[in-house]
Amino acid sequence: MKLKVNSDIALTHVLTRKKQTLIASLGVTVGISIFIFMISLVVGFNRNSDAGIFKSIPHIRIYREDEISRPLPAKKESDYLSVIVNPKISNLSDNLINPMKLIADLKRQDDVVTVTQQVSVNLFYNNGKSQLNGIASGINIVEANAMFDIESTLLAGDIQKLLNTPNGIIIGVGIAEKLNIQLDDNISVISSIGVVKIMKVVGVFKTSNKGIDLSKSYINTAMAQQLLRKSSSYVTDIYVNIKEPDKAPLYSSDFSILTGYKAEDWQAANESIMASKKTRQVMMGSIALAILLVATFGIYNIINMTIKEKLNDIAILKATGFSGKDVMNIFIKESLIMGFIGTGFGLLMATILIKMLSGVYIGGDIGYFPIGYELNVYLAGIFIGMFLTFSAGFIPARNAAKVDPIEIFKR
Amino acid sequence: MKKQIILKVSDITKYYYEPVKFKALDNLSFEIIRGEFLTITGKSGCGKTTLMYILSTMDTDYEGELYIAGEKITNQKQDKLAAIRNKNIGFVFQFHYLLPEFSCLKNVMIPALKLNKYSYDEVEHQAYQKLELLGIKEQALKPASKISGGQQQRVAIARALINEPKIIMCDEPTGNLDSKNSDIVLDIFHQLSTEFGQTIITVTHDLDFAGKSNRNIEMADGIIINHGL
Repeated sequence: MKLKVNSDIALTHVLTRKKQTLIASLGVTVGISIFIFMISLVVGFNRNSDAGIFKSIPHIRIYREDEISRPLPAKKESDYLSVIVNPKISNLSDNLINPMKLIADLKRQDDVVTVTQQVSVNLFYNNGKSQLNGIASGINIVEANAMFDIESTLLAGDIQKLLNTPNGIIIGVGIAEKLNIQLDDNISVISSIGVVKIMKVVGVFKTSNKGIDLSKSYINTAMAQQLLRKSSSYVTDIYVNIKEPDKAPLYSSDFSILTGYKAEDWQAANESIMASKKTRQVMMGSIALAILLVATFGIYNIINMTIKEKLNDIAILKATGFSGKDVMNIFIKESLIMGFIGTGFGLLMATILIKMLSGVYIGGDIGYFPIGYELNVYLAGIFIGMFLTFSAGFIPARNAAKVDPIEIFKR
Repeated sequence: MKKQIILKVSDITKYYYEPVKFKALDNLSFEIIRGEFLTITGKSGCGKTTLMYILSTMDTDYEGELYIAGEKITNQKQDKLAAIRNKNIGFVFQFHYLLPEFSCLKNVMIPALKLNKYSYDEVEHQAYQKLELLGIKEQALKPASKISGGQQQRVAIARALINEPKIIMCDEPTGNLDSKNSDIVLDIFHQLSTEFGQTIITVTHDLDFAGKSNRNIEMADGIIINHGL
């Protein structure tokens, strides 16, 4: 062993006091493992709930925003009279102009993964006397499936069939139960403007949201356009998925400028979900940090005690030519060694905890507990562990550096 | 050989402020020649240990000036002083003050490793040589806390020698030893001073020991009453 002399002394101190080293390290181990475990829990859970959200909504939705009619003339000064005093929504139509060009433009953008168009139709589902109102999404099933993974929600049927069946419809399981409809049955729908069509059920899906199951259906774009008596260029929404959903707000304003329509990111569209997500993060983070802080005090204590016991040694080292900086260096190294051991075992323990929890079956649409090994969380754990142990060692080490050897020798 | 002044003290005065202001050293001046085996004696409280700590560069709170090998020590920064101690001064204390977790060999090596002038292997070799010189080579690999008091003191002397310092300073090196071990230490000091030209400054109240040194400075109440010249 040919370490630098400071490291050599630090290591010897740590090794000859195995019990204390172990106890201090254990504190860090518990702190770090709980920290990583809890944060992974939050990250895993958030990812799972995001994935749930992205089964029904896109990362960014582009649509024509309702415009409110402006006063005519605009009220410039206080004595002007507004001609329109009761402004109303002034849109003539919801459609996007030249949607094919917009889609092509969007597809060319960096980081855009999938783009798909959609025509929303408000309609009634009828079977005999029973009637349900809902929304049909007129889509290209291949693109929509790439975006929402509709296939994975299917209970019965086949999404490919929608391609081959112009009047095909994939309905939510709630609609199927309420109207007593099964696969391959016919269902009549009436759009909000009174167009009636007989549709053939080619699939039944089930999401985690009962409301959606009870109202939503997928039909071909052309059929949706017919139900609205619109031309084949009528498109109400363009959906865009990007590589990193968390960064959607950064792109939404760009896309807004690019297309000239409102581009809304999913975070803005789901404020309450975002709020509860944030609450969860803050809650778990502060609990984990509190545990870490306790562990840090453990290290602080042990280093402090070591220094109290080692005053003679410190005096000797200083007498034989070690400067205050060297002494500080030695004791900071000692705490870093403990931090290193503690963090190392902490990573191991966190991995075991995550492994155990990921085997717990929750049921419902969650299945196994949504927790995984997150590289970033591990890195954060290592960084925080080392930083806190450094801080814990720093204060007592600085005191050790100030020890006056004469005071010690005179005792 | 021309007499080389290794350590020079000029007009050093030292006060203690606690519990009351008290003049511990009163305007001391003297010089020490290279190769001298010098003892400082005096009654308890005469200021000999205080003087020792000033000479050792560890105490910086005094008036007057201190030179070691021509270099002015007074008013140097702490880190610089530590480096000076490391290179120029070897210490032997009354209570051996070895680092108990380390082997005797490592205890001897640590100041040299700090000096970082030679490689680890060379330092190890030198440390063995010093231990051999002091007749305790067999104890080299034992933990410092597991050997006898006399042996510990010899390890401490070996440690003081490892960087081939200009001066070895000792605070009551025999204070804790029986007469047999005291004689061994005395012999070693004589050998170092005559054979290797090593300067040795020893604070002691052991008048026998002092009588056998080259020169004895006697102190009383903060002043030198006999320069021993």
